[in-house]
Amino acid sequence: MNYEELIKETALADDRLIVMTAENRALIRNLPAVLGPRFIDTGITEQTLIGAAAGLALRGRIPVVHALATFLTLRAFEFIRTDVGIGQLPVKISSFVPGFLSDGNGPTHQAIEDVALMRGIPGMTVFAPADEADMLGMLPQIWASPSPAYVRINTRPSTYQHTPFEMGKAEVVATGTDATILVYGMLFEQALIARELLEAQGKSVGLVNLRTLKPVDEAALLQVVQAGGLVVTLEDHFQTGGLYSILAEVLLKNEQTAKVLPIALNEKWYKPGLLSEVLEYEGFTGQHIAQRIAEKLGANPAAITTKTEVVENEFAE
Amino acid sequence: MTSEKQDELKALALRVREHIVRLSTDGGCFTGASLSCTDLLVYLYADFLNISPETLDAPDRDFLFLSKGHDVPALYGTFAELGFMPKARLANHLKSNDSIYWHPNRSVPGVEFHSGSLGHLPSVGLGVALDNRMRGLTNRTIVITGDGELNEGSVWETVLVAAAHKLSNFTLVVDRNHFQANVATEDLIPLEPLGPKFEAFGWAVQRIDGHDFAQLEAAFGALPFSDDKPSVIICDTVRGRGLPSIEARADRWFCNFSSDEVVELLKELHSQEATTLTSETLTVR
Repeated sequence: MNYEELIKETALADDRLIVMTAENRALIRNLPAVLGPRFIDTGITEQTLIGAAAGLALRGRIPVVHALATFLTLRAFEFIRTDVGIGQLPVKISSFVPGFLSDGNGPTHQAIEDVALMRGIPGMTVFAPADEADMLGMLPQIWASPSPAYVRINTRPSTYQHTPFEMGKAEVVATGTDATILVYGMLFEQALIARELLEAQGKSVGLVNLRTLKPVDEAALLQVVQAGGLVVTLEDHFQTGGLYSILAEVLLKNEQTAKVLPIALNEKWYKPGLLSEVLEYEGFTGQHIAQRIAEKLGANPAAITTKTEVVENEFAE
Repeated sequence: MTSEKQDELKALALRVREHIVRLSTDGGCFTGASLSCTDLLVYLYADFLNISPETLDAPDRDFLFLSKGHDVPALYGTFAELGFMPKARLANHLKSNDSIYWHPNRSVPGVEFHSGSLGHLPSVGLGVALDNRMRGLTNRTIVITGDGELNEGSVWETVLVAAAHKLSNFTLVVDRNHFQANVATEDLIPLEPLGPKFEAFGWAVQRIDGHDFAQLEAAFGALPFSDDKPSVIICDTVRGRGLPSIEARADRWFCNFSSDEVVELLKELHSQEATTLTSETLTVR
């Protein structure tokens, strides 16, 4: 099962589902022939794509819209906020190549403020699956929900056997007393590697796959904080407005504090290149992440010598 | 159209204009832009569209989207006269006990979708027209835009997409009152030749006097103009139509009159003799 097969199966079972795109067909190339008029390509018109999706949703449809993350969330932001958000319509946004996944495209294509923007819209739900298997486990519930939804599409091959998805709940992979890595999206696989490297150095390290960024699993975050170790927020997003900000909001709301290490893009776009080059250059491979955490814990980062092999991105769009 | 029918619509439009004038105080409203599309809205709801307070849920009813949302006093005035909403509800204008404000929203039965930000509802209407076609229904989807609103690139996106999809059940109506917020359209971003622009984009076009009920009936009665193109009706109108003292003036878009002036303007509606206005007019909102 892949993304296209899942959406095809869902659409064939439920004629409310409409597949829409602003000429971004990478994941849905075979659907026009299968869905006929229920496949709508508006051309390179993100604003009209979202407005038309709102109109279809008004008529009881469930439009799943596809375009590049940055153009959807930035070019069409006001349409998402004003038509989908104010209307509280069940438009499902499949956001392609978010974060580091736009690798070689350059800063025009870097959706690294998308979580901040989308979670700022009242009623919008925000999801970031760790990999393809995680995503396929999440999408049926996301599409079945009456809420508008933003999904960071992630078709990276899985390196971990995930637990079943529960709406609004994080996946706690491991608990730890020295540090816990909070992560969402494609950096999950690097976080897994980082955790193993740190454990090999004798550190007790927890790992939480957030899955849902809004509504966030507050209880899971508070449990991590109460464990007392270093809390690491790891994200391919600007440091402002994403997970680091979410954690700060949860801590303030609950009158708590924690020692936090944010690993994010702080006031910068990332160096474009092959994904392996990007992660290496920006310090987001498993090895680099482990070294950054080790340093913060007062351990010797140079002891972590295993270089991380990064699987390249499948898409060049 | 019979002269009796025309007289009936004119009388209805006059009552709607009275509502607009009464809403133009205690905070005011977009008076000029509302008066230009009053005859259009009155014709559509009273004589053309298959929409009534009783048939809002009917599967075959038509859809009208008001994309130039700031002319909502004309819509609410029409709704109040045709029984979509109680007339008394207009007294709640800008009050927190209701949701009657400067732009439309769905708390008023008959409002299909909220608007206010220009250039949105052509695309929302496109989605509804696509849905109706998918369902094999013959419902008409009509979107009213302003002429200044045609500055927005999103309108032209939708114009391209509707033509590509040969959406003959989709109609755009341009309230061509020749003014945008502060200045005449042709002095800022010229739109003419407007009909040929739409034709070049693959639309079927008619251009009429938007205050002439016989012309409105002839144009809307001829829809769809083509079996494989969307239709556009450009309605030439006058900003502030019905009140000679504010007609076709750049500085009478948003008006907030004193209560004495409202009394004089209500007389002016009937007499067509210009009133002397002294109140400060806000032109930017």
